[in-house]
This record gives sequence, C-alpha cells and structure tokens, in this order.
Amino acid sequence: MARLNLDVNGQVHRIDADPDMPLLYALRNDLGLNNPHFGCGLAQCGACTVLVDGQPARSCVRPVAAVAGAKVVTLAGLGTPEKPHPIQKAYVEEQVPQCGYCINGWIMTAAAFLKRNNRPTDAEIREALTGLKCRCGTHMGILRAVKRASEMMG
Amino acid sequence: MTRHETAARFSRRAVLKAGGALVVSVGTPIALDTVLGIGQAFAQGTKPPLTPEQLSSYIAVNADGTVSAFFGKMDMGQGLFVAIGQMVAEELDVPFKAVTVIMGDTATSVNQGGASGSTGIQMGGRQMRMAAAEARRVLVEMAAAKLALPADELVVTDGVVHAKTDPSKRASYAGLIGGRYFNVQLDWNKQIGNALYAPGKAKPKDPKDHKIVGQPIARADIAPKVYAQEDFCTDVVLPGMVHGRMIRPALAGSVPVKIDESSIREIPGARVVWENGFLGVVADKEWDAIKAAEKLKVEWSEAKPPFPDQGALYDHIRKAQPRKREIGGKQAGNVDEAFKTAARVVEAEYEWPFQSHACMGPACALVEIKDGAVTCWTGSQKPHFVRNGIAATLGVPIETVRAIWVVGPGSYGRSDADDAAMDAAVLAKAVGRPVRMQYTREQATGWDPKGPASIHRARAAIDAAGQVIAYEFTSKGFSRIDVGTNGSKPPDTLAGQLRGVPLAVNDGFGVPAESYEFANKRMAWETIAPLLERGSPLRSAHLRDPVGPQIHFASESFIDEVAAALSLDPVELRLRHVKDPRDVAVIKAAAEKAGWQARPSPRRDQAGGKATGRGIAYAQRNGTRCAIVAEVDIDRASGQIWARKFTIAHDCGQIINPAGLTHTIEGNIVQGVSRTLWEEVRFDGRAVTSVDWMSYPILDITETPEKIEVVLIDRPELPPTGAGEPAIRPVAAAIANAIFDATGVRLRRVPFSPDRVKEALS
Repeated sequence: MARLNLDVNGQVHRIDADPDMPLLYALRNDLGLNNPHFGCGLAQCGACTVLVDGQPARSCVRPVAAVAGAKVVTLAGLGTPEKPHPIQKAYVEEQVPQCGYCINGWIMTAAAFLKRNNRPTDAEIREALTGLKCRCGTHMGILRAVKRASEMMG
Repeated sequence: MTRHETAARFSRRAVLKAGGALVVSVGTPIALDTVLGIGQAFAQGTKPPLTPEQLSSYIAVNADGTVSAFFGKMDMGQGLFVAIGQMVAEELDVPFKAVTVIMGDTATSVNQGGASGSTGIQMGGRQMRMAAAEARRVLVEMAAAKLALPADELVVTDGVVHAKTDPSKRASYAGLIGGRYFNVQLDWNKQIGNALYAPGKAKPKDPKDHKIVGQPIARADIAPKVYAQEDFCTDVVLPGMVHGRMIRPALAGSVPVKIDESSIREIPGARVVWENGFLGVVADKEWDAIKAAEKLKVEWSEAKPPFPDQGALYDHIRKAQPRKREIGGKQAGNVDEAFKTAARVVEAEYEWPFQSHACMGPACALVEIKDGAVTCWTGSQKPHFVRNGIAATLGVPIETVRAIWVVGPGSYGRSDADDAAMDAAVLAKAVGRPVRMQYTREQATGWDPKGPASIHRARAAIDAAGQVIAYEFTSKGFSRIDVGTNGSKPPDTLAGQLRGVPLAVNDGFGVPAESYEFANKRMAWETIAPLLERGSPLRSAHLRDPVGPQIHFASESFIDEVAAALSLDPVELRLRHVKDPRDVAVIKAAAEKAGWQARPSPRRDQAGGKATGRGIAYAQRNGTRCAIVAEVDIDRASGQIWARKFTIAHDCGQIINPAGLTHTIEGNIVQGVSRTLWEEVRFDGRAVTSVDWMSYPILDITETPEKIEVVLIDRPELPPTGAGEPAIRPVAAAIANAIFDATGVRLRRVPFSPDRVKEALS
C-alpha cells in the first residue's frame, strides 16, 4: 500500500492504495466518481477514458501510482450543464447515446482531439476516434456530434 | 458515490410519498366506511395491490397534478420511455412534461415482459395507452359528478376537466385524485409478460386527434449521461457490500475438484464460494476481489474437449441429427411435385456463426439479503423475471424478492445480465453480506449466451418460361432457446447449471418473414443438440432479432440469386412475388429514395482495384416491415468492405416519436453492419477463444457508413409495431447482394471479414 495524492477535476485527494491498482478503481471506489466505466480492463474499448495532463488515457490499465502528480480530468470534470464543453453540448443536441455506457471514451477523446484540431475533416474525425467501442451502434450520431462541436469551436 | 437510497430514485418512493389519504373507487359502489377504511390503510402506506387488473398499477396522478406511469418494460437506450410518456400524456390530455415513466422496479410495476422482442410500444405501449385512456375516462366521470354536468359535455385541457361551453366550470386532475390511488378494475386477459393486456372501458383517442403522439420529442436522459450525472447499475453501492468475481474453467465442462484457499489468505476479506461447478470469490475491496480471482489455486477436473474445431462447425451442423423439425410460415401447393417438373433449379446454402452479445460493459448486479427480504439491482432487460429466478435460485418465496432495474450497458437480448444477478444472489446468501458481482470482459464475451450458429438451404424451381414455380427454405442450427429468454428458471442460468440443477431441453428457430407468393412454397426449421449441455460458453439464446439476421441473410440473398439466374432486376423480381401492399410500399420507397437503377446484378462495367455495388433486401417482423438498399465499396486487394450508404424504408404502423425511431433504426443498421462484416465467436476444442475486443472485433468508427437515409412510412390508422429489431434483419443480405452486384461474387458465409472477402474474390 502507498499513500498517493490524486489531482482529479481540480481537487487533490489523498488515498491509500496498492500502487499497481489501475486508476479506474481509485476513481470509482476511493473517490466515488462513477464515471468512468469499466468496460474491458484491457485498454481496448475506451469506456474508462479520462484525460491525464490533457491526453486521453485508459484508466483501466494506468497504474494509480503513475498518475500521482498529474492532472486527471473525468467526464464529470469536463463540463457541466451550465458550462458545457462543446462536445457535451453537441452530444445532447444530436441525442447521441443510446445506453451511454461508452461515452467517456468518445467524449474525452474527442475533447482532446478538438483541442488540437478544431477544424477537422470528416476523415480526421474518424481517424481520431478509431479503436473506441460502441455496442449500440450510435456511430452516426457520434460523428455528427463531433462535427457539430468542431463548428462551435472553430 | 451512490448509496442504494439514491439508486432508488428510479423507484416510486418519491412519488408515493406525495400521496393523499383516500383511495378513489369508481364504477364499483363502496360504502363510505369502507372507503374511509381503505383511506386509513393508505395513510399507513398501503395501496391497491400491484396486480395487472388494477389501474393504479399503471397510472397515478400525484398531488401536484403530475402523472406517474409505472411501466413493466424498460428502455435499453432507444428512448422507449419517451414514446410511452407521449402515449400516456396523449390519452390523459396532460402535457408531455407532466408524465414521468417509472420503469423496471418489481415493487412498482407489473410484469409486462421487460425489454423483449421489440414489443415496448407494440405491447407495452398498447397497455399503457389503454390504462391512460381509462384513467382519463374515470377522471372525467369524477369531474362530471363534482361539477354536476354530463360527462359528454366535458373536455380535458392540460389535466383540467372543464365544460366545453364554460371553461370556468372546471376540476383539475390534481384536485380530483392527486396523491390518491385509482381503485379501478381493468379487464385483464390473465397473461403476464409481453402478452399482458388489461384495458378498461375507455376507447383510446382517434389518431387524427393526436397532438403529442407523432412528435419528435427529445430524450431527457441524454444530458445526465453526458454530464456524468446518471448512475448505472455498476455505480450502485450498498452499505457493507463485498465485491464478487466468478471463476470459469479454461476447459469448458470441467469443474473444480480442489481449491487451495491458502493461496488467497493474504488478501483482506477474501472468501471462496464453491458448489459443484460454481466457483466465486468475494473481497471487501474490488481490486482485492480481482486479485483473489486471479490468485486462487484451483485444480480442475479432466473433461473431454467438448467442441469441434471451429473449421468443422458448419459440417457438424450439416451432419447432426435434427432434434426437432417444424414447418413454418404460409405453405402453398406441393413443393416436391413442382420440383420434379422444373426446367431448372437454383439452390444455395448459407452459413451464420455464433455471435456474442459482447455487451459494452460486462454484466454487473448487486444482491442484498436482509431481514428475510432479497433485493437485486440489475441491468437485466427483464427484472421481473430476474425476481422469479432469484426466488427459485435461493428457494425463497417470490414475495420476498424485489428486483430493481438500473440502467446498464445496452442489452440486446438474453445477455449475461441475468447470469450475473443469479451469481450475486448465490454469493450473497453464502457470505451473508450484500454482494456486488462484476463480470470481466473475458466472461462478458467468452461466457455470455450466444446467438446460435446455423446453416440455411434454399432452392427454387424455375419452369421453361422462366417463372419461379416452387420455393423451399430450411434452416438448421442450434436452438435459439437452448437457454431461455430470461433468467427466471435456474436451468437457464449459469449459476443453476453449474450448481447442478436438472436441465431442460428447449428447441426453437424460425422461418423467413415475408410475403413472397409462389404456387408451391415450403419453409421449415430444424434444431440440433448443443455441443455441451451444461455450463457451456456456447449455449445459445436470444440475440437482437433472434435468428432473424441469419434467416434473412439467407432468404434475401437467395431471392437475389434467383433474380441473377433469371437475369432480372432484384427489385423487379421481388415486386413480382411480394403480395402484401405494405411490403410493396417499403420496397418501392427504399428503391426510389436510393435512386435505384433497374438492371440485373451483377454490374459488369467495373475494372480495377475498387468496385462499387448496390443491393436490396427486405423483411417483415411482427407487423413491421422494412426494405434496405445498401451501397458498398470493395477494395479487391485488401478485401475490405465499406458499407458506405444505406437507404431504409420502414413501416411500423403508427409512429409515436419519429426522432427516437430514426435513432433506433440507425443504431440497428450499424449494429447489423458490425454483425455482418466482423462478428464471429471463435473457439477451439476446449473453450471459446473470443474473449475481448481483439478476438471478437466489431465495427470500427472508421468503417461507419457515410450516410443512413431513413424513410419513415407513418400509418397513424394502424397500431404501432416494433422498431428495435426489424431494421437489423435485412442488413446482411443487402450488403451481400451489393457485393455480388459489384463483383459477381456471392458471399454465403458471415462475417465478410477482409480475409474472407479477399479469398472469395481471388
């Protein structure tokens, strides 16, 4: 066990944890942040995605000790209904999710991508999101929402 | 963090607390002292029994005039609750926003079958519509008595009953009954589940008067999901709970023979629960439960590897003795005689693999056993049946069990959710603490009930004039109900099977749903025994549109093969034989919207590495019909298929919410593309080897269609039918037919993965 400081959504939390434990379990069980979700534990689907120092990271495989000192942002820290991130606003406007279990991956990855490139082509949007999984098949809506968000930001 | 009290906001609690003090009884005269007696009882928290024949089981008007609609089905992400709210608001004449639909808690809703067979609106909505209409009738009668006016001189506007001629003579729903319960008998058909139907005396509105039904109202649950404010089943936390993990064998069919508990002694709170083939662990912390499941030393029994080599699967199906054969659909003439007179015969055989639900999140369930009461929080799409299953699994009276659905990952049939609930129940009983069961990805993909693998044979007899005179279609495969469509019976759950309950044998498959008329026609299905009877990772069950995609992949590919053999345009051949006018309409609408050029397939004007083609397929499903035109691009060198564009015409009778319907159809088609191009459960002799997203690939966003054009055919005069499954049905055939159009190569085995396409093209 180790004592670690976690900077999540602008707040520093002190936890005692196995340093090898993936960040996901610290976020969910120690910090009580219900997003992100457990989808695979293998960094294959994206349901657990958070931003670590602005970069999308799969919290299900990132050891918690490896993010000590870094700034972690979860979906809950990305924006609020009052101050939404454009991708969140676009998600609501396009009515994207069905079950919504996967959305951390898409939204956090898209948020990081749009920061780098806020005038993407359709092909660039697809490439930026490759590998993420959605089982409900909301892909058409996801693409529309990222495009819409880019128009808000561009 | 969510405590279970918070999760229960899905329940009726907040609504019922607003209740008043009197049960309102209409239609049956009840003596005043009885009424007061019931009122007294209510004040203590009781209400009319939660039975299908009670209006209060579906509709309540709260003290503030808002309406609660208690729905015994649930929304798996298609926005069903919006449509139900629209139907209820419409019949009650209240604003849409006044209605809250409360789903899937066995303490507040009767068993309307859960999410099942795309019947959410078709059957569930029908009942809610009738209940709401009856509630309105009752309220108008109450107002008539109060206002001393005849009921037929009253109208309702936004939950206020008033005189047609004098709006000042008025009585609001809130004033009439707000906070109290209806006590009105309905005419229940004595069925539960999908078939439950309990109308009152009221007739629903004429569709021409609909103002709310038919509107594209948005979902209110999107924003909470997007802002991380909605708790999923995985987020429910119970005081004192432990985390559970199951341990499955590496060799399917083997069972633990020796457990070394000392191997996990160092892990805080770790405990083993072992009963026959059932093996699970719990620990206080989730990470510790994960470690305990990994570290526990288990010696497994020897067992004969139960599966054939995957390459031999279809041969196995072909050669296996049919366990059951059934004729289905509309038969005509004498097929055998007609084939004897044929000038030529077209025949083909098609193959479809096992497919996994591979839910976005591995199943999660929580069970608490406290003071003789069992509560289960589950993402199952059928919580009422989970309740039955838990009662049977634990051997407790059903009345002591409550199952609460909390939104989980999208569920498209008999997924792993029900198994997880039973596993949690067994562990909770064994360890005496509430248990949160969380499956792993390996278990979600490797051990969920599978969509059955099958082969399909079709043949057509053609006479000398080029007319199709006979048609025969036969499916042969594993049963769609090797394990049942819900977890209500222990033999249908992994926990039951692994603990050793006697197994049941259930056979079911299906035949094409279409309206092709041929002078001689016969359709049939045959089922074969499972490869491993008990605790099989290849046990077969319902997966979205159970056996529909495989059957219609075959039947609609075959119609195209017949068209090609006759050098006919595929739309033209269909229109020659399709007789149902609504079927004709969807085929024509899809072809027209897609700009279909009439000509036989394949096109022969393409050279080079890229080829483009278009194909059509159509199907019915329980009253709904749809036709799909697929346009695909093929890279001959890589074998990569891009299903670039779909045009679908969809007729599900009356449209309740066109926005929700369009989204549902889109998701349906994309999932259909995934199942067609990629999805195949892999296995070797010992086990299922599709255990993650690498070994069970699905459609990637880079392969998503460029466009899905949806043509909705609204028939307000017809009852609404389902939309959750019909659109997935013709997708595979439309793609296969487009590939044939582009290349002249007929793919008869799904999935059309690049390797397989490349091989077929070479």
